[in-house]
Amino acid sequence: MAAVQETVDRVRRIDVDQYRYGFETLIESDKAPKGLSEDTVRFISAKKNEPAWMLEWRLEAYRRWLTMTEPKWARVDYPKIDYQDLYYYSAPKKKEIGSLDEVDPEILKTYEKLGIPLREVEMLEGVVRPEGERRIAVDAVFDSVSVATTFQKELKAAGVIFMPISEAIREHPELVKKYLGTVVPTTDNYFATLNSAVFSDGSFVYVPPGVRCPMELSTYFRINERNTGQFERTLIIADKGAYVSYLEGCTAPQRDENQLHAAVVELVTHDDAEIKYSTVQNWYPGNSEGKGGIYNFVTKRGDCRGNNSKISWTQVETGSAITWKYPSCILRGDNSRGEFYSIAISNGHQQVDSGTKMIHLGKNTTSRIISKGIAAGVSQNTYRGLVTAHRKATGARNFTACDSLLIGDKCGAHTVPYVEAKNSSALFEHEATTSKISEDVLFYCVQRGLSQEEAVGLVVNGFVKDVLQQLPMEFAVEAQKLISISLEGSVG
Amino acid sequence: MSLLEVKNLQVRVEEREILHGLSLTVNPGEVHAIMGPNGSGKSTLSHVIAGKPGYQVTGGEILFKGEDLLEMAPDVRAAKGVFLAFQYPVEIPGVATMNFLRTALNAQRKARGESEYSTPDFLKKVREVAASLNIPQDMLRRGVNVGFSGGEKKRNEILQMALFQPSLCILDEMDSGLDIDALRVAADGVNALRSPERAMVVITHYQRLLNYIVPDVVHVMSKGRVVKSGGKELALELEASGYAQFEDAA
Ligand SMILES: Nc1ncnc2c1ncn2[C@@H]1O[C@H](COP(=O)(O)OP(=O)(O)OP(=O)(O)O)[C@@H](O)[C@H]1O
Ligand SMILES: [Mg+2]
Repeated sequence: MAAVQETVDRVRRIDVDQYRYGFETLIESDKAPKGLSEDTVRFISAKKNEPAWMLEWRLEAYRRWLTMTEPKWARVDYPKIDYQDLYYYSAPKKKEIGSLDEVDPEILKTYEKLGIPLREVEMLEGVVRPEGERRIAVDAVFDSVSVATTFQKELKAAGVIFMPISEAIREHPELVKKYLGTVVPTTDNYFATLNSAVFSDGSFVYVPPGVRCPMELSTYFRINERNTGQFERTLIIADKGAYVSYLEGCTAPQRDENQLHAAVVELVTHDDAEIKYSTVQNWYPGNSEGKGGIYNFVTKRGDCRGNNSKISWTQVETGSAITWKYPSCILRGDNSRGEFYSIAISNGHQQVDSGTKMIHLGKNTTSRIISKGIAAGVSQNTYRGLVTAHRKATGARNFTACDSLLIGDKCGAHTVPYVEAKNSSALFEHEATTSKISEDVLFYCVQRGLSQEEAVGLVVNGFVKDVLQQLPMEFAVEAQKLISISLEGSVG
Repeated sequence: MSLLEVKNLQVRVEEREILHGLSLTVNPGEVHAIMGPNGSGKSTLSHVIAGKPGYQVTGGEILFKGEDLLEMAPDVRAAKGVFLAFQYPVEIPGVATMNFLRTALNAQRKARGESEYSTPDFLKKVREVAASLNIPQDMLRRGVNVGFSGGEKKRNEILQMALFQPSLCILDEMDSGLDIDALRVAADGVNALRSPERAMVVITHYQRLLNYIVPDVVHVMSKGRVVKSGGKELALELEASGYAQFEDAA
């Protein structure tokens, strides 16, 4: 009816013009020659001054990749990607970066515009802060390289290693060797294998036994260069009894062509350890005709290797033309726990195929999946989830709730749950709902003085509240705004 | 100047005419009661005044403080002082009542060019109003109307009315679902808002409500028209003899 139609029209107009992060930074960059070959892999490895073992690891992945084909099972549709028409490495032209003063001021400005105050964060160091104020250490990745990591000293004092993975490969080879590719093997899937061959940077975190990381860690990814793929690799290890909360954010300029983002994230928790991983994904989604936007083909997986360990994924997905992403947990240790909290918003021509896998291997393992999909415009939004219990996973428990909200009648929401219990003591519960945004609810809000856009924002934020609550406070506020922006007609 | 002037209003819903030339004039300070059988168009009238989409106005006009109300978006009408207490208040899961109240109040104030309430001022005000309506604090922390009893939903409507201080209050069957004590509390809340600048339109099926909220004018609606208007004694008359006598007039 009329009100909903109005909302739909308004939402349809939103697309790119609202994408606040669509600006480009004009800097000179250092690129690998276009295309992908063994030479490209060698070029990247050489740029990073990598040891021989790392190059071998990459080359092996590359050779494997040549034998693989792109997965086609997701409910997404896109023209064939020409992998030879991409740049696989791009770095801001600059020698070694020692401190923030040496970072190109244009890049610092970029992060300031994005609301990531690298400089301010650094300046705050040593200053007395009001009690209760939480600090966040940031690793900023610009195209293929990490440009700045803050709070390094303080983290080091706590024994926490937080640095670009390219540095970790040189400085902590024993740790990297021990864990890299053990959760997502180089042979895992087409995009993960590609990433293994050409990954350029990303973050590395190691929290030693018994240490509770003294602050939130965060990596901020930015694709700037044209025709450039971003292949970051993140590896986080929480040793026995350790705890860390990690946030990831991403944006890209508005461009007509599609850009490929194929990241790999690996998490490992040992006995009694916990990792909380949150993502606010806001890559450029493309314009109202569906032109441009990021192809976000990401493999994220956590391994609860130790007993009583816990991994929790929280994601707010508002960007990208296509999202193909299933942050998963392997519940290997007894009594380990996996959680997946997701908000996926699709608008315009966006296509989202996202969900999780909970693989119960250990005894008395538990998992919880809360997924909220919101579809508007002519977008397609699919939840795809797998919950399995191994023969030995006695007492495995899963609870899954998937709710979809439709705005307008040209979009689609789909739920594809796969459940496999190989032992009779497993208890899996699944709930799913699909509803349309209610005209009566919108009118109620509007009668009380909210504009149509504010009403949609409010109702959607209410719909996703269970998941928003899982985000660290300062991220929750940001995410709430982002949700409203990606659905409303108004931008501040 | 009249606060509300409905002139010869004709309204269709999905090709069916529901209001066939309805007229109603409400002056500041007055309380009007509208009574009439089920389906006579009472809620339709209140929805059209508030600007609910889905109704086609095919004739007539509505003036609010002399301005063409039908030209205004519904949120603009709200900011200008039109308030509708719904017959069936909806639930908004996940949106805390307190947050909703503040968002709405500040949206209205912003639209009027007034400054937003500070958090402490706002909280103080809500607590005061809630206390006067016997609304417990924990209700304000819950999602808007989520899991509220029928009576609690109605009280939540009165709470909003008291908070927003609108100049025209339309109350669509605020008495339905209220027990006798709750009715008295709600009616006291409404009476407390009576003022020389403010008018109320009280839609009800029961004369009993009008013992608590005493109207200046009573209208009888039948088949999409006002068929009779009179003083408060008209309600008593209806209670005794029913609507049959008006069916022909309509
Ligand atoms: N959306 C709609 N679609 C079709 N018919 C409608 C719609 N809304 C109202 N009507 C019809 O219009 C007529 C008037 O309805 P309305 O709700 O205004 O009556 P009412 O006087 O408020 O009744 P009650 O006392 O039962 O609340 C009814 O016949 C109803 O079925
Ligand atoms: Mg009614």
